[in-house]
Parts: sequence; structure tokens; C-alpha cells
Amino acid sequence: MKNNVTDIRKDFPILSTQVNGKPLIYFDNGASAQKPQAVIDSITKYYSSMHANIHRGVHTLSQQATQAYEDAREAVKKYINAEHSEEIIITRGTTESINLVAHSFVKKGDEVIISGMEHHSNIVPWQLAEVNLKVVKVKDNGELDMEDFKSKLSKNTKLVAITHVSNTLGTINPVAEIIALAHALGVKVLLDGAQAVPHMKVDVQKLDCDFYAFSAHKMYGPTGIGILYGKKDLLNAMPPYQGGGDMIKHVTFEKTTYNDLPHKFEAGTPAISEGIALGAAVEYLNKIDWDWAAKHEEELLAYATEEIKKIEGVKVIGEAKHKAGVLSFVVEGAHHYDIGTLLDQMGIAIRTGHHCTEPLMHRFDISGTARASFAFYNTKEEVKIFIDALKRSLKMLR
Amino acid sequence: MTTINENEKEIIEDFALFSDWEDKYEYIISLGKELPLISDQYKNEDHLVRGCQSRVWLHAEKKGENIVFTADSDAIITKGLIALLVKVFSDQPAKEVAKTDLAFIDTIGLREHLSPNRSNGLVSMIQKMKNYAVAFSAK
Ligand SMILES: Cc1ncc(COP(=O)(O)O)c(C=O)c1O
Repeated sequence: MKNNVTDIRKDFPILSTQVNGKPLIYFDNGASAQKPQAVIDSITKYYSSMHANIHRGVHTLSQQATQAYEDAREAVKKYINAEHSEEIIITRGTTESINLVAHSFVKKGDEVIISGMEHHSNIVPWQLAEVNLKVVKVKDNGELDMEDFKSKLSKNTKLVAITHVSNTLGTINPVAEIIALAHALGVKVLLDGAQAVPHMKVDVQKLDCDFYAFSAHKMYGPTGIGILYGKKDLLNAMPPYQGGGDMIKHVTFEKTTYNDLPHKFEAGTPAISEGIALGAAVEYLNKIDWDWAAKHEEELLAYATEEIKKIEGVKVIGEAKHKAGVLSFVVEGAHHYDIGTLLDQMGIAIRTGHHCTEPLMHRFDISGTARASFAFYNTKEEVKIFIDALKRSLKMLR
Repeated sequence: MTTINENEKEIIEDFALFSDWEDKYEYIISLGKELPLISDQYKNEDHLVRGCQSRVWLHAEKKGENIVFTADSDAIITKGLIALLVKVFSDQPAKEVAKTDLAFIDTIGLREHLSPNRSNGLVSMIQKMKNYAVAFSAK
């Protein structure tokens, strides 16, 4: 099991590069995580020795590629502990996964509950579907207002779609409680797991969620690919999302019959190399000691939070009791854009802006935040350099 | 009266004096702090150049054949960069502003601020300055 940060860092080649002449400190993991060598190698290997289209060829390469791609699905299935592999729909990412559910599971006028801390990708698809949106309030400390949730949830609710971990606040939402409350009324639950999977091992059966959406690139895998987990009976009852090759059984001009799960939802030639590389990412994550990783990240976050609060005029946005990997802050007299620009000069990558959560920014009456987000490969030394660099930036700006 | 080209040259010479990023950015920040503010009546939606992170307000006025710009931003580095643009373009013949492609930003190593991903409104601001200039020289 991997539980030593010095060794783990060696697995990620980009971590030993320089940016603007300084050793890179990568604290923008919330936007996208870096890739271990195993993931990079799997893409090279695929294109060097196995590439062919999948699910359609009788020739050897096509069969090998199909096998590797389906092995990746199987790896994801095991990793999140889904009951069946056909419950693993391979999509372009969290965004497409949510759009799929918004297209095929709800219809115009249905009642859908989201929260005030959702990423735009868990807001706009519901608006496009013209559902009746109810938005659960966020408390001042960045926690979900569960009383408000309970008051909005009813038998008339078709779906609760809520983020597992907030990308802006770091809040880990009480998803077990949300699911229990919803299921007690026969209401289905979708979790946006984009920010959860990089920080913890998720067990969809234990959670008992109905849908779980996430992106490979945030969990140390390639871009352009992600997963929609859905319970089999629900997915079976849903109409296809896109039409094309692979998703059909037979096509005639009079009547077309659709393929079985999961292919029904996977129209067209997929991102094959990325799929296989996602399998490699999962294989890598299987070697991570997640108890160690959780403790390590918690220490980083606690240390960073403690140190940043000592700086005059800094306000941390999101101080929920349970948080994962995210430190969002605003500084009196310094714009987040300026902070991000100066830190970048010192080799430190953070994210600034509204983080695709504009309604949440309005909620806190701010135009944006600076956000440092951590991964298990980050170190306390990096946090220390970041804090010093932040102080230096603020001295220049204020 | 200096020309656009002369203004650019002057800035390039100023920046050549800086040996590290810190001096460079301190200078930009000080420019931002000095920039004559746009008068409050123009700091509104109509004059807003939208960037996704920092916002820019730009106002243009005609002065004979020339075009005069005043501007502001909520981020100080953006404001400093705006100050440079204003220094180069303001009080210059509108038709010159309309047809000149700015080279100095690249030369002084600030091109990253004009990359599409910077979302600071600068790219749109330059476009808007030119749009004003085109409109003014057509009149
Ligand atoms: C909470 C959350 N949901 C959804 C997304 C969208 O993910 P993607 O852009 O990979 O589809 C993100 C990514 O920023 C996110 O943080």
C-alpha cells in the first residue's frame, strides 16, 4: 500500500517540474488532478500497440482494445463497489453524466431538489430540462441547511441532485442522511461525486445512492471521460440520451431497437485510450492507503487553515465541520485575480474566481475566492511555501 | 505629442530595467494605484467590459481628431495593465488607434495576461478601445 508522500510524488512526473523558474506547487487539484506515470504510460502503450475501434471488429486488435476498455469498466465497477458492470455508464465526465440523467430521468415540470452550493453543471442541465427546481439553503459556515432540505423534500419530489463534496467550500455533505430521508419518501437521489472521488473511496452500494456522477480527470485519470453510475432498474427504464452507433440493436427506417445497458447510453466511438487509462488510474488508486491519504489531507487542510487565518484580513469561505481538501478564502484589500497572478509568478498554482458556482458567490456576497485545493501528493512544506508566498503577495498588493 | 509607437517604446524601455518578476509587478501595481479613475458616472453596466474574474470599466471621449480613454478595474494588476494601454492609446488620433496592433505587451513579457484563459477582461478591453476608435474615426 502506498502511504509515503515522498514515494508517491515520484509517481507523478509533473510534480518535479518548474513553473516560472520555481518548483511547481500544484494546489489546483479541485480543477483537475495530476496523472501518475502509469496513466500516462497506458495511453502511450494503447496507441503504440493496441489501437482499433471497439465493440465492432472481428480482428485481433479490435478484440484486444475492446477487452482493455471493458476491463476498465470492470475496474471502475469494483472500485466503487457497484453491483453490476452494466451500471457503469462511460460518459465524457460529470457534466455529461448529469445531463444524461436530466435528459432521460426527469421530464418538464418534475420537482428536483438541488442545493445552493452546486457547480453550474448540476444547475444548468435541470434548467434545460425545464424542471421545477427547489434550492436548499447553505448556512453561513458552508454547511447544508438540513432543516430547509427536510422542509422542501416531499413525496412530490422526483429527484434530489446534490453534490457529495463542494468544490468551492470543501463541505462534505451528509449524503447518507439525505439519501435515507429521500428514500423514506420514495424519492431518488443523484450525487455529484466530482470532488469526492479524489479524496475518498466511494462505495455506491453502501451509500445506496441511485445515481453517482464523477470525472476521471479529477481522480488522477485522463480528461474527457467520466462515469455515470446508476441502479440497473432505473437505467433500464430510461430512454437513450444520444442516438448513433453502438447504442442500437437493429435499425430500420420503420423501427429501431436499442442496445442493452450500458451500451444503450454510449452512442458512437468512445474515448478508448482515455477509458483504458481510467482503468490504469483506478488500478493506481487501488494501491493507495486511503486511511493514510484521508489523514494526510486532513493535516494539510488543518495546517493551511490555521496558518492562513493568522494573516490579517483573510477570511476563510466554508468552515463546515466535515471538509475535504479545499481552502477557499478572500482577502480584504486584495482581489483574488491579483493573488492568483502573483502566486503563479512564484510557481504556485491555485484557482481564483467563482469556481463555476456563481449562485454560491451571490449567497456569500462575494465576486469570487482564491482556492487552494489539495491532493494526497501535496506536502506540508508546500503549504508553508504557499503561506509565505501569499504573505509576500499581499505585501505587494495592499 | 508622442505617437503610439513612441509610447510603446517608452514602456518597453521602462520594463527593460526590471531584472525580476517582483520589480515588474510592483511597477504594474504602482501604475494601477496611480491610474486616474474613471468618473463615477461611467462606472456602470454600460461601460463594463466583462471578464470572468476581474471587471474593467472603460470610457471613451472624442477630443478633436483624438480619442481619450479613462478606465478602471476591481483588480489592481488588471488596472496596472489598463494604465499601460491607456498610456499608449489615449489622446491619440482615433484612426491610428483603430489600425495599430499593440506589440509591447508581448515584448515586456506580459503576454500571459492576454491569453484567452486569463479572463481578466483585457482582451475584450483592447477590442472595445478599437471599436470606439473605429466608430469615432468614421464620424
Ligand atoms: C462539484 C463539481 N461538479 C461537477 C464538475 C464538472 O466536472 P467536469 O467538468 O469534469 O464535467 C466539477 C468540476 O469542476 C465539480 O467540481
